[in-house]
Amino acid sequence: MTDPTSNAAEYTVSEISFALKRSIEDQFGFVRVRGEISGYRGPHSSGHAYFALKDEGARMEAVVWRGVLGKLRFKPEEGMEVIATGKLTTYPNSSKYQIVIDALEPAGAGALMALLEERKRKLGAEGLFDPGRKQLLPYLPRVVGVVTSPTGAVIRDILHRLADRFPVHVLVWPVKVQGESCGSEVAAGIAGFNALPEGGRIPRPDVIIVARGGGSLEDLWGFNDEVVVRAAAASDIPLVSAVGHETDWTLIDLAADVRAPTPTGAAEMVVPVRRELMDRVDDLGRRLTGASLRAVDLRRTRLIAAARALPRASDILALPRQRFDAAANALPKALTANTTLHARQFERVTARLTPASLLRTQAQLAERLSVLSARGGRAVAELIARRRARLDQVTSVFDAVNHMATLRRGYALVRDDEGKPVFRAGGLAAGASIEIEFADGRVRGRVGDEAPTAIEAKSLPRRPKTKPGPEDQGNLF
Amino acid sequence: MTTATDVSALSFEQALKELEGIVARLEQGSVPLEESISIYERGDALRKHCDGLLKAAEAKVEKIRIAGDGSAAGVEPLDRE
Repeated sequence: MTDPTSNAAEYTVSEISFALKRSIEDQFGFVRVRGEISGYRGPHSSGHAYFALKDEGARMEAVVWRGVLGKLRFKPEEGMEVIATGKLTTYPNSSKYQIVIDALEPAGAGALMALLEERKRKLGAEGLFDPGRKQLLPYLPRVVGVVTSPTGAVIRDILHRLADRFPVHVLVWPVKVQGESCGSEVAAGIAGFNALPEGGRIPRPDVIIVARGGGSLEDLWGFNDEVVVRAAAASDIPLVSAVGHETDWTLIDLAADVRAPTPTGAAEMVVPVRRELMDRVDDLGRRLTGASLRAVDLRRTRLIAAARALPRASDILALPRQRFDAAANALPKALTANTTLHARQFERVTARLTPASLLRTQAQLAERLSVLSARGGRAVAELIARRRARLDQVTSVFDAVNHMATLRRGYALVRDDEGKPVFRAGGLAAGASIEIEFADGRVRGRVGDEAPTAIEAKSLPRRPKTKPGPEDQGNLF
Repeated sequence: MTTATDVSALSFEQALKELEGIVARLEQGSVPLEESISIYERGDALRKHCDGLLKAAEAKVEKIRIAGDGSAAGVEPLDRE
């Protein structure tokens, strides 16, 4: 049985789900949704980013496909208030719907400020704002490049102020100073000026001014663009930023070499005042001439003074001349004096050289000789006397002990035929000739034929074998 | 001395600085006479150079014509309203 009230067509789940999906996508194919980013889960490994948009009363899933994520001007961040542009779609598998985001922009000033801070931190970390990168502005540029809108008050103000101070060659690089293309155009202008060759057809500026009048944070947003900051930091030509009013800050101000408070201020910074310079050069020129004239004058004065103080040549010569005369006069006298002096010295020496001195020496020597010989004579006599006394003493002793004294007492000495004394009877052969000495003379004899009988030899007194004669006493001296 | 440097090649600031230096030396009177003449001549050339740079300044305002690739294609007078 069928329910009469249920004559409506039946759908399968898929049919209804896909029907719903079509309706949603048709109805909400292009929507802008404002909400806060919640549950941001970075780029997934697939490269897609998933999060939710929420407000006080609702929450909607959101996805940013990989290809879109890379092109977003603002990187989605947790808690950021954004306006998302995209389409709604459903996910039939699980009865869910979501927004597929094509573009994302911060909603309101707070969000922009947060973004600005983040970008400033990131570029600052790269060193693009380092004070060490800053270049000095040229003192007197010949060509000033201005990147700004070619129409409007800003360029007019700059040109007026330049004309007032120092008329220079100005090149304006026209750009949009607001809107989507602003950032890229300004960056291209800075890079374009830098790309101009030195001495080329278009003169290369010596300094660049990037200028724009005041405006809201959104109006000035192009000057916060990363490409602008990088172009300003990379500029070889010194760059002055003059964007907005004095209280407005943009990132190009941080990357520029100098920040001017206003476009007019930038014009004042890049050129000096010509009138003042001309006065200064004129003044220097006068001083130059004056100083060199004075230098010559001073020397002339000194020359005159010196010339006056210079003595006459004759005066200079007078004194030496006088000295010369004196010396010349003295010369012969001096010669004589010198000779005399030597003669006198010679005489002194020759006076001392006489035979008397020789004779005196001789007499002294003779006297010394006689003294010495006298002393010698006495000494010799004494010596002789002493020897004589000793001889006498010895002689008397000798006389007392020699055999002559014995002989005189009646003894006789027998000698053999050789004249040697014979002390033993046994020493004589029978018939040997002998000589007997008495005190008053000698007689020759012969031993009888019988062999002499020896008396006991022991009883014979011992006698020295040789007895020194008086003639052996030696010389007295 | 930087006499070797061609005066005309100097920037205004360089020339002015050198000119000031020369004037100061001459005013001190410490420069030998021969040198004082040569540096006077140099100073005079520097003064003329500075003067020339200042007088040659002219207000010329042009606008860059941008080529298709974004580079500078040429210049044209700036249309000042």
